[in-house]
Formats: sequence, structure tokens, C-alpha cells
Amino acid sequence: MTTTTAPTTARKPAAMAQALNRALRDAMAADPSVHVMGEDVGTLGGVFRVTDGLAKEFGDDRCTDTPLAEAGILGAAVGMAMYGLRPVVEMQFDAFAYPAFEQLASHVAKMRNRTRGALPMPLTIRIPYGGGIGGVEHHSDSSEAYYLATPGLQVVTPATVGDAYGLLRAAIASDDPVVFLEPKRLYWSRADWSPDDPEPVAPIGRAAIRRPGTDATLITYGPSLPVCLEAAEEARAEGWDLEVIDLRSLTPFDDETVTASVRRTGRAVVVHESNGFGGPGGEIAARVTERCFHHLEAPVLRVAGFDIPYPPPMLERHHLPGVDRILDTVARLQWESDRTEGRGD
Amino acid sequence: MTVLEQPGSSGNKGTLPGPPPAWRPHVDPAPLLPDATPYRVLGTDAAARLDPGLLTSLYVHLVRGRRFNAQATALTRQGRLAVYPSSTGQEACEVAAALALEDRDWLFPSYRDTLATVARGLDPVQALTLLRGDWHTGYDPREHRIAPLSTPLATQLPHAVGLAHAARLKGDDVVALAMVGDGGTSEGDFHEALNFAAVWQAPVVFLVQNNGFAISVPLAKQTAAPSLAHKAVGYGMPGRLVDGNDAPAMHEVLTEAVRRAREGGGPTLVEAITYRLEAHTNADDATRYRAADEVETWRAHDPIALLERELDARGLLPGEFVTATRDAAEEMAASLRDRMNADPELDPMDLFRHVYAEQTSQLAEQAEQLRAELAAEAADQSVQEARP
Repeated sequence: MTTTTAPTTARKPAAMAQALNRALRDAMAADPSVHVMGEDVGTLGGVFRVTDGLAKEFGDDRCTDTPLAEAGILGAAVGMAMYGLRPVVEMQFDAFAYPAFEQLASHVAKMRNRTRGALPMPLTIRIPYGGGIGGVEHHSDSSEAYYLATPGLQVVTPATVGDAYGLLRAAIASDDPVVFLEPKRLYWSRADWSPDDPEPVAPIGRAAIRRPGTDATLITYGPSLPVCLEAAEEARAEGWDLEVIDLRSLTPFDDETVTASVRRTGRAVVVHESNGFGGPGGEIAARVTERCFHHLEAPVLRVAGFDIPYPPPMLERHHLPGVDRILDTVARLQWESDRTEGRGD
Repeated sequence: MTVLEQPGSSGNKGTLPGPPPAWRPHVDPAPLLPDATPYRVLGTDAAARLDPGLLTSLYVHLVRGRRFNAQATALTRQGRLAVYPSSTGQEACEVAAALALEDRDWLFPSYRDTLATVARGLDPVQALTLLRGDWHTGYDPREHRIAPLSTPLATQLPHAVGLAHAARLKGDDVVALAMVGDGGTSEGDFHEALNFAAVWQAPVVFLVQNNGFAISVPLAKQTAAPSLAHKAVGYGMPGRLVDGNDAPAMHEVLTEAVRRAREGGGPTLVEAITYRLEAHTNADDATRYRAADEVETWRAHDPIALLERELDARGLLPGEFVTATRDAAEEMAASLRDRMNADPELDPMDLFRHVYAEQTSQLAEQAEQLRAELAAEAADQSVQEARP
């Protein structure tokens, strides 16, 4: 009888929240200067349990329940970073991060520059973001555009369990501040991932092609990645072979991967939950058009949330980009058949 | 109808339970309360105990500080500084803040506290970089333990708390002293910083210079608190009210607060009652919001004059000492003027150099664009210069 050698660590389904937790734990174990702080991150383990067990393992001084004051949390983290610590701050929800915006825009993002590199800000600011969880008002914003508009920040968002680990490790290791946006509706999404054999640290600033394709490129990130992958599968029935790019890092932006893909496919759709007007899609569409104009068969289109305040939970499904809206948009990419059969625009 | 009068609740009248008996105030507020009047040393019996060496040292710093302020304001008129928010009249606070700290401690100044950084030993030219405008911060904060001068009000206070907290976590007996004005106490960051400091028992001293005005807005429109020092009580830390123009009093109170913080006693809020003798900045017109006779009242309570009176009474102010002190201040001012009259060296490529540790491809492209523009500009110039 022949036996196959079982891998030393079995890869089994793990949730994104577990991978994030593991990343924090490994970073804290590897580097005593890493400090986790925020509201309810200690005893409770965070409202999404991402910091579960850290206070117990590393003590209250390494994983600290702070007063309920986001500007104070981030401002204190700035001072801790000035003294050589590597704070990882949790903002409880996207909209709860707004009180910290002045600290973020005026100090976190600018400190390295205003001191000619003397005071780097090795800070990670974890923010659960986006909708789709039936949250009441102020719990579902896609606030990434505010951060993209702020030079000096890196803006990173994982869409897979493996990236959640790898990108968070990279964010904590980075000597520059990272706004780490965690798609809260993917917290409990599972993938085969071994907590004993975590994926390597993923580089910040590199996009990943999640599905190769030849006819059009869907450019997306965070919570919209699974939606785009599903749309790409359904598109096969229409005869479209769609490539799906997961940006992973919005700042710095991976022009190289995106440009190469769109030059190859000739068509592009940007998909995100954030509202379209003033959202990241406009910037991405402009960059693609500037770099790929002569390769484009159609204008770059966007599928985004409507230009409305985030809806109440019973109406949110109408707002969020879904498979049908993506496919309808792909259909408007001026296919040859449109011209011969008179479909489309 | 009150809740007690509502139908069905009449039976509870008089027996409605209060908080559980275990409830009590967390901290006895009485010891935290500031004095009813600003603490003073000069002109009191306590002045006799003052160390002559300290008094003369304070005097040299005050005279030098006033001259520095005057020179900086003059540099704005000559176009060498973009703007200067003067601390003339507040020199006792600025100097005492600097002298109360040990070398390993950190100072967190606001934009009006250039003088405190100079009194701490920073090169005046480096200290004025922000206001000259050739860069934002002209010194290495870690080398001097001086945070960048903070323009956004009160935002430097949570930094001081975080730094002091981090130092304590690392086992270092480092204290942070953070400076803010009366207007800054209305900001949310003031509240959050004091609360964090008290909860963490962080070794921080908060110095509020209450100079009466936030640009044009008087204190009465800023707060209804009994005093700004009283705000400390709400956070569970002591508040001290001091005559901010009494240099030895300022020095004593701040030194005591720093010692207390260093020994693990937690934070202190110090309110210094002082007055901005000049306008908010050289660009401001203070006659629009305050009367000349009010300014004159404060001139009579000038920190340098108050100290001179004490020194003179004790025979510590011989003419040659006064002359030597003034000469040294003039020398500092002349050197500052000469050095500021030289154009700073600017490298436009610096704009892209420190945004991130590693330059992004986008910033590299933009740097290239600017480099090309500069080259074209230089070429144009040489063509024009070559014309007869």
C-alpha cells in the first residue's frame, strides 16, 4: 500500500478575520515595538473579533483599550511612533474614523515630509469599511476616496484571506503610514488557508490578476472582488472572457499591471462600492485612458455605488454593484456584435 | 408632571433608590482644584528664597527672548519671514517651559512658541524655517527632542501624550511638555489629550498660555469655565493657575509638574495668565479688537520689568550685568539678521524626496516632469542672458 505524505500543516477553511488576527499576533511576536490600540480591542477582542486574544497573550500595554475618542487614539499613536513604536490602530467602523481625519491629514500623512524624513510614521490604521452587512446608518461607508486624496498615505485593501494576512504584515512592517481598509462583509468569507503556514508577506503597491481573460478587464478591489469573479463566470455564457484585477493597493497604484492588462484586452470596467462621482473609479478610468487610449475599443466604464448617502439596510442591495449591473455595463463596451446586431448604445 | 408624579409611580415617592451604595466619586476633586488667584512669587515674601543664579539666568533668557521676538518681527517687514506670531509679553512662559525640562525630555510647541525652542538651545535660523518658508520643519525633532511647531491648534497635545506614554512603556523617565493657547483649549484634541493623559497617567505637563485672545476673540467668548486650570479637575488631574509674567513662579510650577510627572504622579494642567503685547501676527491689526489702555495695563505688568524689580532690590542688577546681557542679545539678533539675509538654498526636487520612504512610480514621473520644466526654464534664461 502506498501512502502519500500528508503536508505538515493542513490547509483548511479559514475566515479573513482569523487571518488578520494571525497577522497581528505574528507581527506582535516578531517585533516588541508593535502596539495594538483602539476601542474594545482588548478584553472584548474587537467588535469583529480581529484582535481576539491579543491582550491576553501580550498584555494590556501591547493591546490597549483606549478611551472612545478617535482623534485622541490616532494622535497618541503619532506620539508613540515619534518615540519609535509601531502602533496598529483600530477604528471601529468606517464612519467612526472621521473624527481622526485631522490627525490623519495634517500629521500622519505629512510628518515624514515636513521633517525631511526625520520623523517617519510607521503606523497602520485598520478600518472596517463598506456595506453589505445590514448595518444601520454610519456603519457601511466606502470612505477610501478621502484617503486616496491625501498624499503621504498608503491605502491598502485585501480581498482574499491570504492577502489579509500578507498585506497586514506588510502594512505593519512599512515605515510609512498605511490606511488598511478591511472589507467587513468579507470578514467571515472563507478560503483554504492554513493558520500554521501563513502566506508570505504581500508587497504593497502590486495588483493581482485574479482571473486571466482576453476580452475585457474588470478592475476592482476589496468587497467587490467576489462580485466581479462571479460576474466573470456568468459572462462566459455571453461569450465574454473577462480578466479580473484585484488592485489590493490603491496608493501606491499599480499602473503597470493595469495598463498591461487593458492594452491586451482593449476594454475596461472599474467596479467599486464607493459612490461614482469623486470616487476612485474616476481616477482609475482617467489613468487607464491616458495610458491605453490607442488600445481601447470602448470608453472605460464604471460600476459604482450611486451618488447617495449610504442607504438603510433594507435598501442597500439596490445600491451595491451586483453581477447584473456589472454584466449590463460590460454589454455596453461596444462589441462588434453590437454594431452588427444593433444592440447596446 | 415629573416622572415621580406619573400614575403608578406615586407609591415610590421618597423611596426611589439612588445609585448603588458602592458608588462614590472616583477621585476626591478638592486637591485637584487650582488656587483662587494666580500663583505668584515676585513681590511676595517667597521671593527672598529664590536662588540668585536662577533669577539672573531667567533674566538673561527673557532679555534675549524679547530681542529675538523683535528681530523676528523685523524680519517680516524685510520680507525675510513670511509671517511671525510674536510671543512678546509672554517670554516668561516660553523661557520657563524650556528651562523646566531635562535634556532627554520632549517639548511640543505650538506656532507661537518659536522662542521656547530657541530658549531650549535650538539654532534660531532652524527654529524659524517654518516661518521663513524654505521648509516646514528646519530641525531634526529627535535630535533636539522638540516636536515640529504645530500650526493646527491643539493637535500636538495627543502627540505629547502618546510619546510620554511610549517612553514610560519602554522604561524611560522622559517627560513631555506640551504648549497650547487659550483658544486651543476649545479644540476637541485638547479634551482628548487631557483625558488620555489622565487615564494612562502619562508623564505630561500641559501648559496653557492664556494671553486673553484667540486672534481677536476674547476668553469670555471662548469658555464659561471658572478658569482654564479648572478644566483639569474634570479629567482627574491637578490644575495650577500661575501668573504667567512671573518668571520664577512659572519656573517653579512647571519644574514641580515635570518632577511629579517623572516620578509617576501623572499629568498636570498649568494655566499661565499672560498677555500678548503685540498683534496675533505681523499681518494682524490688534486695534480692531482691543483698547490701547488695556495693552498699557499689561505693559505695567511686563515679565522683564517684574524680574528687574526683584533683581534690583537684591542688588543683582549691576549696570555692567545689564549692559552685558543686552549686548549679548544684540549680538544674537545681529547674527540672526545676517544669516536670514542670505537666501536659503532651495532644491525643488526635495518636494518629492520625503513623501514616502520609497518614491512611488507616480512621484518619480512627476519629479521628472518638474526637472524638465526647470531645465527648460534655465535654458530660456541663458538664451535671454546671451542676448545683447
